[in-house]
Amino acid sequence: MSVKRKDQAYIAGIFEHPTRHAPETSLVQLHAECALGALKDAGLSASDVDGFFGARDIPGSNANWFIDFMNLKLKHIDSTDAGGCSPLIHISHAVDAIASGKCNVALITLAGRPRSEQMKTGTAPRPGEPDRPDSPWEVAYRPTISTAYAMMMARHMHEYGTTAEQLAWIRVAASEHAKHNPHAMFNKPVTVQEVMNSPLVAPPLRRMDCCVISDGGGAIVVVSPAIARSLKNPLIRVIGSGHTVYGQNAGYGNMTTSGAAVSGPIAFNEAGVTAQDFKYASIYDNFTIMVLMQLEDLGFCKKGEGGKFVSDGKLISGQGPLAINTDGGGLCNNHPSNRGGITKLIEATRQLRGTAHPSVQVKNCDLAMACGPGGFIGTGYAHATVVLERV
Amino acid sequence: MNNEHITLHTQALTAHPYFSFFWDATKKGVLLLPHCTACNKVHWYPRTFCPFCYETKLEWRPSSGDATLYAATALTKASEPYIVAYVELAEGPLMLTNIINASVNNLKIGDALKLSFTALDSGQQLPVFKPA
Repeated sequence: MSVKRKDQAYIAGIFEHPTRHAPETSLVQLHAECALGALKDAGLSASDVDGFFGARDIPGSNANWFIDFMNLKLKHIDSTDAGGCSPLIHISHAVDAIASGKCNVALITLAGRPRSEQMKTGTAPRPGEPDRPDSPWEVAYRPTISTAYAMMMARHMHEYGTTAEQLAWIRVAASEHAKHNPHAMFNKPVTVQEVMNSPLVAPPLRRMDCCVISDGGGAIVVVSPAIARSLKNPLIRVIGSGHTVYGQNAGYGNMTTSGAAVSGPIAFNEAGVTAQDFKYASIYDNFTIMVLMQLEDLGFCKKGEGGKFVSDGKLISGQGPLAINTDGGGLCNNHPSNRGGITKLIEATRQLRGTAHPSVQVKNCDLAMACGPGGFIGTGYAHATVVLERV
Repeated sequence: MNNEHITLHTQALTAHPYFSFFWDATKKGVLLLPHCTACNKVHWYPRTFCPFCYETKLEWRPSSGDATLYAATALTKASEPYIVAYVELAEGPLMLTNIINASVNNLKIGDALKLSFTALDSGQQLPVFKPA
């Protein structure tokens, strides 16, 4: 039985840090600037915050040190980490905490400096801790983020006839959106041919199938209804959420389906909506294939027909039934800390407020969603979906 | 990336001492697979219990060595490119592995593969696959 979220909590503040390269600052400073930016957007102060939500991207791997650094006086903390989708989980935890009276002003931050740290996010094997259960069985084979998604792409092409050209359209749409975003890391439009001619990273995956490696971050402030109504911003609330860990089922997994097939229906059922109700969606775009698979698994099109759904510019705002990632997404705009969760929530909120760039703003956008994966595809792979509405 | 992965593999084996018998078997050219005596399913990667029915009576039987290719790629940027693949073992489960003696351009999903082993500098033998 789903329980409809009623007048429980609202998104009062959002902030996306304008930097994409921050060699001269520190990680904690980025978190602080994001926090203060979102609080300013809400019309609140850090002294109003009584709940904090943050993941392992916070220095120290949990929130303790950052809370002390900010000198926050809290009643509720949540250091849930599920990889890049963590903020998509934090926001529903924040709503629940406010609804149950644990706190009234919840702050969520995410930040990172992988570009300044010259991290090879996709192409260097990312070893887990030795005691992680998959380590004895996988680390010696040197899988990387790019080899994992390359195999998903190869398998989807094999099973459904999806083509590199169809996937390239996802990057083209992102670049057409990013050209309106002065902060985007890449804001020059690209063509299908340019995507298909970009260097191979791990065949069939090419460089332009991959998201950016950027410094930066973002923050979100969620508040109780009474506080939201005392502030100036439009009332945006969470009406559905779902989380899962979509593992490899002990050797019987399916590489052409994403965790959105689990978290999406949970969130949509709670909200009482279907995919066809959305005109805007933030779909975590770490790789082009992940966008296509999530769109299929959420029900925007039938399984295997994602290639047709994303082709010919149909994902560009104003050119099809659904616009996605109108900030330029992770593919062209921003992917701070190698984690896409917060930027996905921020652009969905902009769309609902009507404050996206006028060239990409979806008309009368009163329903939106944000979703994405977290962790490592295969052995430790989470997924979260959130449905948002403007009241 | 030098031999960092071999060090990590050694550390991971040390952190999971229960499975030393598995790695002793690889030194004899055997890939042991966990069969559940209660529900008959074979799982991968190995646990000390069946992750389907949660019974703890497993039989570790040598694999047939046969597999087919589920998906493969290669890290083209690596100084020595290597092929990362999921293979479907004849016994059922998918396994992450490397394919040796092959070029990724010549591998097709569904290709027949045969078990092989790569000797690591640590003295361990790593189960890998090669074209049949």
